[in-house]
Amino acid sequence: MNEQQPIFACRDLKIEARPHNKDPIPIVKGVSFDVMPGQVVALIGESGSGKTTISLASLGYTKPGLYFSGGKGLLKGDDMVSLGAEEKREMRGENVAYLAQSAAATFNPALKINEQVTESAVIHGHMTQEDADKRARELYEALELPDPDRIGGRYPHQVSGGQLQRLMAAMAMVEKPSLLVLDEPTTALDVTTQIEVLKAFKKVIEEEGSAAIYVTHDLAVVAQIADHIVVLYSGEIMEQGPTDQIINDPTHAYTKRLMAAVRPPPAAGQSDGGGEAHQTETPALEVKNVDAGYGRKTDGSLAIKVLKDVNMRVEKGHVVGVIGESGCGKSTLARVMAGILPAAEGEVILDGQLLKADLRQRSRDELRKVQFVFQMADTALNPRQTIGDIIGRPLTFYHGLTGRKRRERMLEILSLVELPYEFESRVPAELSGGQKQRVGLARALAADPEVIICDEVTSALDTIVGSNIIKLLRRLRDQLGVSYVFISHDLSTVASFADEIAVLYNGELVDFGSVDEVLTPPFHPYTELLITSVPEMRVGWLDETAEHQQAMAAKFKAGEYA
Amino acid sequence: MTDMTAETAQEPEKTIYDELPDAPPKKKLRLSWVGKVSVAVVAFWVFIALFGTFLTPYTERDYIEEDPQGEYYDDPTFMVPNAEVSSYLGTDYTGRDVFTRIIWGARTTIGISFAATLLAYFIGITLGIAAAVAGGWTDSILSRVVDAILTFPNIMLGLIVIAAFSGQVFIDPITDAIILLVGLAGVVYAASVYRIARALGQDIMVQDYVEAARVRGEGLWWIISREVLPNAAMPLATDFGLRLVFVILFISSLSFLGLGVPPPVADWGSMVRENLPGLGNGFFPREGTINAGALASVAPALAIASLTIAINLIVDDISAQAGGSLAKKMV
Repeated sequence: MNEQQPIFACRDLKIEARPHNKDPIPIVKGVSFDVMPGQVVALIGESGSGKTTISLASLGYTKPGLYFSGGKGLLKGDDMVSLGAEEKREMRGENVAYLAQSAAATFNPALKINEQVTESAVIHGHMTQEDADKRARELYEALELPDPDRIGGRYPHQVSGGQLQRLMAAMAMVEKPSLLVLDEPTTALDVTTQIEVLKAFKKVIEEEGSAAIYVTHDLAVVAQIADHIVVLYSGEIMEQGPTDQIINDPTHAYTKRLMAAVRPPPAAGQSDGGGEAHQTETPALEVKNVDAGYGRKTDGSLAIKVLKDVNMRVEKGHVVGVIGESGCGKSTLARVMAGILPAAEGEVILDGQLLKADLRQRSRDELRKVQFVFQMADTALNPRQTIGDIIGRPLTFYHGLTGRKRRERMLEILSLVELPYEFESRVPAELSGGQKQRVGLARALAADPEVIICDEVTSALDTIVGSNIIKLLRRLRDQLGVSYVFISHDLSTVASFADEIAVLYNGELVDFGSVDEVLTPPFHPYTELLITSVPEMRVGWLDETAEHQQAMAAKFKAGEYA
Repeated sequence: MTDMTAETAQEPEKTIYDELPDAPPKKKLRLSWVGKVSVAVVAFWVFIALFGTFLTPYTERDYIEEDPQGEYYDDPTFMVPNAEVSSYLGTDYTGRDVFTRIIWGARTTIGISFAATLLAYFIGITLGIAAAVAGGWTDSILSRVVDAILTFPNIMLGLIVIAAFSGQVFIDPITDAIILLVGLAGVVYAASVYRIARALGQDIMVQDYVEAARVRGEGLWWIISREVLPNAAMPLATDFGLRLVFVILFISSLSFLGLGVPPPVADWGSMVRENLPGLGNGFFPREGTINAGALASVAPALAIASLTIAINLIVDDISAQAGGSLAKKMV
């Protein structure tokens, strides 16, 4: 094949949605870019920017309800847009393969991994089972999976999330496709796992010499893996160019805005330090020697202990960032504070007053003082209630406001979270993700709380939207003097926003102190691992850090940390 | 979409690159042409049941043709002298007008079924949601009782209950039968409604907005009436149609077995059975006899079929619009 020819060429691609009896809505509005052999092209943009839709076009596929309305998607010269269904099927697997975001949802839990990895190659008749097995084994090795000889014989639940993600890459690469489409393959992973997966991907893409389209919203990840970046907004290309240029010298206003929303790597001295030292006063919320978990053994002790002897203080007007990887117990801690999951041992103290462990035994006023904001704004708002009712209910419930008074206060709170008054009569489905999160926050504010527990409130949101929510939280803290317990897996966000940081590892509080203390050397070993795992937005970071990083992570996973 | 401009109003510098709306606009219910025809069929039968008696000069008990042998099946006082014999669907095996009886039968069949389904829904939803919200022992006990009911084949359960009450007259035989049928079908089908309501309720109970209400300190009644029920209403309403079909078929089957409303009250199920011998007689009764024609049993069977299929198609259509997710919950 001619080296000068692009593997995949998108030419003025247009895709639209055609709602029933309505004018078509353009989703992708004339997009052109090339993927050269051996090149990794990143499509970046916020949700709704059309990045996944464009990447799927390289397989000649559109989501239900969407249609190709113009342009071409030339895969090695064949137009994937206009090929017939059977021809598209022929192209897939051999020439182009797709890697979805969630490996856990992609693998069939009832079949052994190897069967699934080799299935498509064998079914297409491109390989015999023996050849496919051999090829799969090579890939397992290239992807640095442990025990490549036997990992294929396991079931999906017997390997970790990061391993499953790499196994899915093996599945996609068995037939040596010329083009690999990776859709947010590391978004669902913890930072420490993300590195090993990124590194494996990068290595295998280089070794195989295949071209790739990498879809993500994470600029720091893109800087590590891509050669060329395409910045999308609302189905249009804002800017495209080599990674170096986009990262270091963006020209388009939108790219600059995206870059501005990316937080610097976590370090001491980033926090704006809004909370003054009130250390001597009674803390707003205090957690003392808390054990919590699920199930009871016959002797009354916990069957599964999620939190072990956790102590934490939230000073008045302060933000305490609770950080840790998935499964470390940070959400459980939030649920213990709110009383949703009663603590088995220990005390939760609100403003000097001991709280009952179970929220059903707490008084209405105690309930009012501790409010909860959920991670998924989509499910946290009742789809059948209007925004006015959602915010109005706590006003009636805690403050007895009704009628005109309740409405006036509700509108005040709407403007406090920077939402227009018209939203009063809308239902949640008519709002965007960031707007819904603002409503969730407004509902908490309506109670007039002292402590707001924010459980991963920005992690489901795009970077820009998330940073706007953080700005809002900061302003409300300054304006109203509320304290936050800010739970997050994103150390950069916490470092820029919190006054104190609590680091949880495996249910234990391993590090707690002011942001500067925690983020200034000497670090606690686990804190150091977290800090060094956050991708930095500069080209080459991955190659420099990955070795050291993985050695540290391996130690932790092997339980060597005392 | 309008919410794109919403945040702009307050922060003018955000005019470009506004947060993209991720919300689908409200979907209006749109029926396919099959759905529309089905709605027309159901509307037709509802109209017949409510006002249909104006369409015929006779009642369900009237004999419009004299038995040449003089053996009246029922009370001779209902003999209509010199009646217009050539009605649309002929006469049945005792000389009554089939057309008239289908119209009157619509009342009995649809009326009893509708009442029974309402009863089933009242019992099923109340207990199902209560079990989902309360959980624990309440849930276990209720669910086991329901499982017990569900293990009996419906018809067999019907036979046992009706047999237990037979031979006793409380008010009068017809009213007794109607109350018994409504109660029986209501309880039997409450079991399956309970299953659905409980499953829906459990789905909703683990939603964050219910947790938000619990963290707020809301009581049980608020959670049931404001958080759970409004979100379960749509799937339950759709299921109502399906359940109504099952009840119609159940009632008709009982009538077919002779356990329904006693004669001379017309009922589609019993009409099919009464006139079964007529199936071999050609469409209309032979001249000079009052033997039923095939139409006398085919017509009520068609009535049952058209109504139940139409309701089914409407339910299918609505559930297809909900992306099939409703259908999954209902099975």
